[in-house]
Amino acid sequence: MQKSLLIDPDKCTSCLQCEMACSFEHEGVFNPARSRIKIFEFEHGKRAVPYTCTQCAEAWCLHACPVEALVRNKTTGAVEVRDEICVGCKVCTIACPFGTVNYNPDSGKVIKCDLCGGDPQCAAACPTEAITYVDSAWTGYERMQAWAVKTDTKAATA
Amino acid sequence: MDYVIVGAGPAGVIAAETLAGLEPGADITLVSGEPEPPYSRMAIPYLLAEDIAEEGTHLRHTAGHYDARGIRVVHERVARLDPAARTLAFEGGGSRTYGKLLLATGAAPVRPPIPGMDLAKVKSCWTLADARQIIAGTKPGDRVVLMGAGFIGCIILEALVARKVKLTVIEMADRMVARMMDKTGGDMIGDWCRGQGVDVMTATRVTGIEEKVDGSLSLSLEGKEPVAADLVVCATGVRSNIGFLEGSGIDTGQGVLIDNYMATNLPDIYAAGDVAQGLDFSTGGHDVHAIQPTASEHGRVAARNMAGHRTAYRGSLVMNTLNTLGLISTSYGLWDGAEGGDEVVSLDRENARYLRLSFQGDVLVGALALGLTQHVGVLRGLIQTKVPLGKWKKVLQDDPHQIMTVYLACVQDATRRRAA
Repeated sequence: MQKSLLIDPDKCTSCLQCEMACSFEHEGVFNPARSRIKIFEFEHGKRAVPYTCTQCAEAWCLHACPVEALVRNKTTGAVEVRDEICVGCKVCTIACPFGTVNYNPDSGKVIKCDLCGGDPQCAAACPTEAITYVDSAWTGYERMQAWAVKTDTKAATA
Repeated sequence: MDYVIVGAGPAGVIAAETLAGLEPGADITLVSGEPEPPYSRMAIPYLLAEDIAEEGTHLRHTAGHYDARGIRVVHERVARLDPAARTLAFEGGGSRTYGKLLLATGAAPVRPPIPGMDLAKVKSCWTLADARQIIAGTKPGDRVVLMGAGFIGCIILEALVARKVKLTVIEMADRMVARMMDKTGGDMIGDWCRGQGVDVMTATRVTGIEEKVDGSLSLSLEGKEPVAADLVVCATGVRSNIGFLEGSGIDTGQGVLIDNYMATNLPDIYAAGDVAQGLDFSTGGHDVHAIQPTASEHGRVAARNMAGHRTAYRGSLVMNTLNTLGLISTSYGLWDGAEGGDEVVSLDRENARYLRLSFQGDVLVGALALGLTQHVGVLRGLIQTKVPLGKWKKVLQDDPHQIMTVYLACVQDATRRRAA
């Protein structure tokens, strides 16, 4: 069964543990600026939303790559960057309409979420289960519905 | 079905792969006009800079990739198309019939009509063969003049600097990358390059090139002193490869005119990529967008329609990104403003940061950025989904750099609406 990241913004406390874990896993440093997952804050920090690549079926990044540097991992379903092939042209960064492929000027390559090969460190590090790694079947429409119900409840009780 | 695809760039290759996926066992022939395996012109600058070897420019890297999908790659240049006989005539003398045909012949460089452009030391930089000549013909310290500072000129610029030549850039327009940057952005890129030792001359016209007795070149300039060079690289624009279609009855403008299903005016003939003049997402008109994302989308949509899966194309959004000696620039859609629209600008010249957003009502229709590398793609997301920004437009007007926050807010609003 393929798994996906399930993000529940209601549970996010903006502690940035996910960003730390991600940057450490990929770059060997605890530096949120190097993270592939990002926390965005709304209403002056009252609400936080962890945001990263959904490994979408469309894979705009993969299709836009001129040299096949982006490939889908058949086991995890993640679209991964092959650093040895990426030339750093950045076309994927402008082609991804979700803004989840970024250019790293230090390496001259692009970076994106690769689900850590099937053991996503952001989910492991999250202390509140705002980020979990669950069966993919649950992350499509149901996830959207669950999220919408939550936000609606919030709106009704506000 | 017997599918023939002329042109082995991204549009042609992606079309062939898509056809193979939709119709296993179909007879698919990919006609390449060059001797190498299908490769990406976009990767050539990285070859010039010696970041990659030639194999690094190849579109696909797995041995047997095409064979495994039943795609036959042949190396021929098409001389003529005879739609009545459903036949392509090759320059080498042979010919081939087709059931359905995709024209994906791309574009080729054009040179200004001035004396000396045919000299051996005046090169284009378009094919792998061109790249090999430039690599062999330049050594550190050589004086190289780059004619043209458009998108292609600018990616070559970076590679030539990496080759440690003494570089002079001569551009006819009043700024660099005039087709993807406004005057402010183009001038900032020019200043950035000058700051790194590249001599940039904009609003400058070359009137002729001659070879001196010592083998060096001299470029005459309108109203300015001549410039000496050991090599000239010409990047003064490209034009769709439609010459071989003359007399075929195919409707052409700047490129091959196609409808929203990527079909030409003649039955069973489609076009995709740099050769196609297709629907423009932003204007609703038809234009040639010689960019990688358009080639990729055209290739996929054309293949679907060829295989009988009628799929309308919603138009290609102009998008470009460039790294000019470390300064990243990006532009999307109606980056130079929309008629009857309004815009917001954030400019920090000192730190080479610039962001300009164009709106029509409360919809983002264009964007231009310098120095932006994080979450750039959401600009595409907002433009292409035409999401009404509502109250969030005011947030962007106050601070255009809030683009990611606004994007997330709009996505959440939309999800809520859909579920309601």
